[in-house]
Amino acid sequence: MRALVSSVYLFLYAPIVLVVLFSFNAGRNASEFTGFSTAWYGKALGNTFLVSALQNSLMIAFTSAALAAVFGTMAALGMERLGIRTRAVFDALFAAAIVVPGVVIGIATLVALVAVFSFVNPALATIWPGDHPPQLGLGYGSIIAAHGLFSMALVAMIVKARIASLGRDIVEASSDLYATPLTTFRLIVLPQILPSILAGFLLAFTFSFDDFIIAFFVAGSKTTLPIYVFASIRRGVTPEINAIATLVLVASLLLILTARLLMREKKSKSGE
Amino acid sequence: MRKAMKTKRNLVTAALVAPAAAWLTVFLVLPFIAMLVFAFGERAPEGGYQAAFTFAQFANLPTRAAAFWNTLLLAPAGALLCLLVAYPVAYYLALKANPRFRLILVSLVVVPFWTSLLVRTYAWMYILGSRGIPHLLAMIGIEDVRLLNTPGAVLLGIVYGYLPLMIMPIYVSLEKLDRRLLEASADLGAKPVSSFFGVTLPLSLPGVMTGVALVTILLLGEYLIPQLLGGGKVFFIGNALVDLFLQSRNWPFGSAIAVTLVAVVVIVLMVAMRIAWKVAGTRQVDLV
Repeated sequence: MRALVSSVYLFLYAPIVLVVLFSFNAGRNASEFTGFSTAWYGKALGNTFLVSALQNSLMIAFTSAALAAVFGTMAALGMERLGIRTRAVFDALFAAAIVVPGVVIGIATLVALVAVFSFVNPALATIWPGDHPPQLGLGYGSIIAAHGLFSMALVAMIVKARIASLGRDIVEASSDLYATPLTTFRLIVLPQILPSILAGFLLAFTFSFDDFIIAFFVAGSKTTLPIYVFASIRRGVTPEINAIATLVLVASLLLILTARLLMREKKSKSGE
Repeated sequence: MRKAMKTKRNLVTAALVAPAAAWLTVFLVLPFIAMLVFAFGERAPEGGYQAAFTFAQFANLPTRAAAFWNTLLLAPAGALLCLLVAYPVAYYLALKANPRFRLILVSLVVVPFWTSLLVRTYAWMYILGSRGIPHLLAMIGIEDVRLLNTPGAVLLGIVYGYLPLMIMPIYVSLEKLDRRLLEASADLGAKPVSSFFGVTLPLSLPGVMTGVALVTILLLGEYLIPQLLGGGKVFFIGNALVDLFLQSRNWPFGSAIAVTLVAVVVIVLMVAMRIAWKVAGTRQVDLV
């Protein structure tokens, strides 16, 4: 049994280790290790297409995760005060945002946005005073909007779980002592849910940063890091791609570990 | 006075949920309605969508039957294969592992799932490609082995990619298992094997169901694994959709396929929940 389990761990990690190892390969060959070198990292970071894709990904992930953290937390706080039916509708929609395959979310967003653009752009052109009316199109905005959807659902779910485990008595004590609702929120509720909000933010950031399929549909002419990596892989595996892949792995790993740590702190504090 | 306070409270609540509600409406509900409308439309001559009301797109579905068959066969097959590998691991983690290392071992299972599926799948292109295992096999005299771009490679990628997601729910249900039941079973003279089949396995079925349902549902919309490891030969519905939307720009047909895919997902979800209620005797199934 132990041998079996060990081999599963080997199965899980061997491919990852291999990619990391070969990112340090001196040679171009993908099948034999010809010496240690960090040259491919230099090459990757000197690649302007790659760097701009990375910047796009970071900007999109940060914006959609930040929006999600704010609006998702607000929704989690508000949902508790809603009637059972309205709350159930919210729960179902949030669940759908997570469970519906990314391919479908991407397509639905694309189809809807293009339909909206085809109405708005001509209308804009007729009322625009100048010669060059702004054209709405796919790009950063559409990726952020689509990523914001599942990110918001993620944050709302995590924060909601935390709120459910909060002690009502402290909140009641606070208002008995004549604190305004806002003061109670600022001094009692917020400090307790903050780690969950941060964890939600980091998870959302990672999801957005790693997402390929939704961005593939709604990115228009913009390139994110996964789109760039995907396109390069199709042209052939190179050590440079291994270097990028390693950087992507390390980045998502760090974010995830931080998020997990924040969620664990929440558990130990609530005495679970 | 009372009424004024209540109105104020309602306003605050509305303000809190308004942004998320707007987001869900504009970027989830409306897009689905739009997609449904598109599915009954026609392809414009230059690609894209043209208003119409026709069932032609749905009648056309059989032209993509291969993608549907691959998905409907390989997604559940991949999920079951995943289960076969995952169960012993979950069992070991929950019941046999040293409690001191349990948390670390469990985290080590989860970590890969949270890292880029694109990168992890591409690692297998590397291993299965002509310079990987076939290269090594050629050195010992076994020539011309093709691993990449086969259904087997896609299944391997599926098991690899989704294994953590299968292990976790089974682990959780096994961890909750009351050890006293196993002791009682042993006291009553049951051999370990019959204890396993009589006690452990039935009590872990909710976790098994959750894992199989989760993985199957996610696989129904899979794109990357068939694309990278199937090399365009083992097409899933997801690949057909990308092809229809981004290459041939046949949006109405693509929408019809997407609508059908969502219907399949909903059916699978409902069947899974129905079975789960039956085996678990409870209506509590955590799918998210």
